[in-house]
Amino acid sequence: MDLQGFGHLLLSGTWITIQLALSSLLVGLVLGLTGAAAKLSKNRIARWLATGYTTLVRGLPELLLVLTIYFGGSQLLMWIAGGFGYTEYIEIGPFVAGVAALSIAFGAYATEVFRMAMMEIPKGQWESGLACGMSTPRTFFRIILPQVWRLAIPGLGNLFQVLLKDTALVSVVGLNDIMRQSQVAISSTKEPFTFFMVAAFIYLLLTAATTGFTMFMERLANPAARGNRG
Amino acid sequence: MANAPTALVLKDIHKSYGDLAVLKGVSLTAYDGDVISILGSSGSGKSTLLRCINLLENPSQGEITVGDESLALKPAKDGNLVAANRKQLERLRSRIGFVFQNFNLWPHKTILENIIEAPVQVLKQPKAEAITRAEQLLEKVGLADKRNAYPDNLSGGQKQRVAIARTLAMDPQVLLFDEPTSALDPELVNEVLAVMKELAEEGRTMLIVTHEMRFAKDVSSQVIFLHQGQIEEMGPPDQVFNHPKSKRVQEFIASHS
Repeated sequence: MDLQGFGHLLLSGTWITIQLALSSLLVGLVLGLTGAAAKLSKNRIARWLATGYTTLVRGLPELLLVLTIYFGGSQLLMWIAGGFGYTEYIEIGPFVAGVAALSIAFGAYATEVFRMAMMEIPKGQWESGLACGMSTPRTFFRIILPQVWRLAIPGLGNLFQVLLKDTALVSVVGLNDIMRQSQVAISSTKEPFTFFMVAAFIYLLLTAATTGFTMFMERLANPAARGNRG
Repeated sequence: MANAPTALVLKDIHKSYGDLAVLKGVSLTAYDGDVISILGSSGSGKSTLLRCINLLENPSQGEITVGDESLALKPAKDGNLVAANRKQLERLRSRIGFVFQNFNLWPHKTILENIIEAPVQVLKQPKAEAITRAEQLLEKVGLADKRNAYPDNLSGGQKQRVAIARTLAMDPQVLLFDEPTSALDPELVNEVLAVMKELAEEGRTMLIVTHEMRFAKDVSSQVIFLHQGQIEEMGPPDQVFNHPKSKRVQEFIASHS
């Protein structure tokens, strides 16, 4: 597909979008698991921090997060660096700012998904692990976490779809993703309908692939539903 | 069995939840090969007592000795006793088998994986060896054909037999059964009791919290009747079932037979 010479531009934009989404997913999952563990922890300070995090982040528009981190982040970093006598201009790239904003947002919602899943695991699952002499971490990683995944994957799949579409927000700070590249193409060809349709088609492809991947992961995490194993 | 070495000694176990005292000083000794049934109405503290032995529940006071090793305990902030040494607790737990009322099999693992999990992870048995042993145990509980099934595909009675096999795979010194047939449909109770009876006949040391009077009478070497957190009566089954001294026990036996 040539698209008046803009095909390769959109392709590279797609690649950027995919990288942005996957990086944010990875960091976001870590934040989500940590957040859920903190919310369910006996430590009061950990609970407060996690509650503060989810309340704050879920209450803010993602666009505001992106802008704050992209513009405010540089300022903050320079202020901190200034304290160490460093006076050069520090810039947070749009990609890094995008990953930060999107993963912080994803992590806040994922915290709730993981927390619910962890609470769904009956106490007896912990007890039967511990009663065999397994340590608490071993019981968590061998017995509890695989079951948490099974419960969390549908919810996480949903969140990832939202994340995938939110990547378009990062185009406002100049990341050359699908959205921005199609606008570049439009400004030179004056054919908004064509290029927005192409962008829409690419997003649909990506979300469809995500749905398929989520279903695959659901099956992977739920061996019992596949019936007996050979 | 009084000449056999001791398998488990509980000394003056107390447990309170806030102001509510559930156990008020229970002591008992199980010698190797003893089968001790613990009876009592609901709320008498039977399950709590059993769960205090491997610290699934933290006792408020008391001493626990498995074999010749005494479990080191220290007071926690909430007034309960916790293990002073995490490694020791894990080691002793691996020597105490616990069979739960609700089986608590791990649904994401096959039956075979359920059984070899702890031997491989805790006892560091080579996997092949653990599998061989697991197959023997499945044979013993009559479920050799279910090795690759998942727990959700089994009946309650089958699940409990797997849970027993999982416990036996650790070759524990003492087996604790917490109302092992209470969650089962009546027609499935006997298959589990038959397995337990076989274990008793093999000379395994067992503590059984149960409501199955006939079974308790048949297999026990000692019967303990708990009432409001204390031992109301204790003795061989013939004494407790046929000639109980306590009026409460008399009434309980009468209403349950």
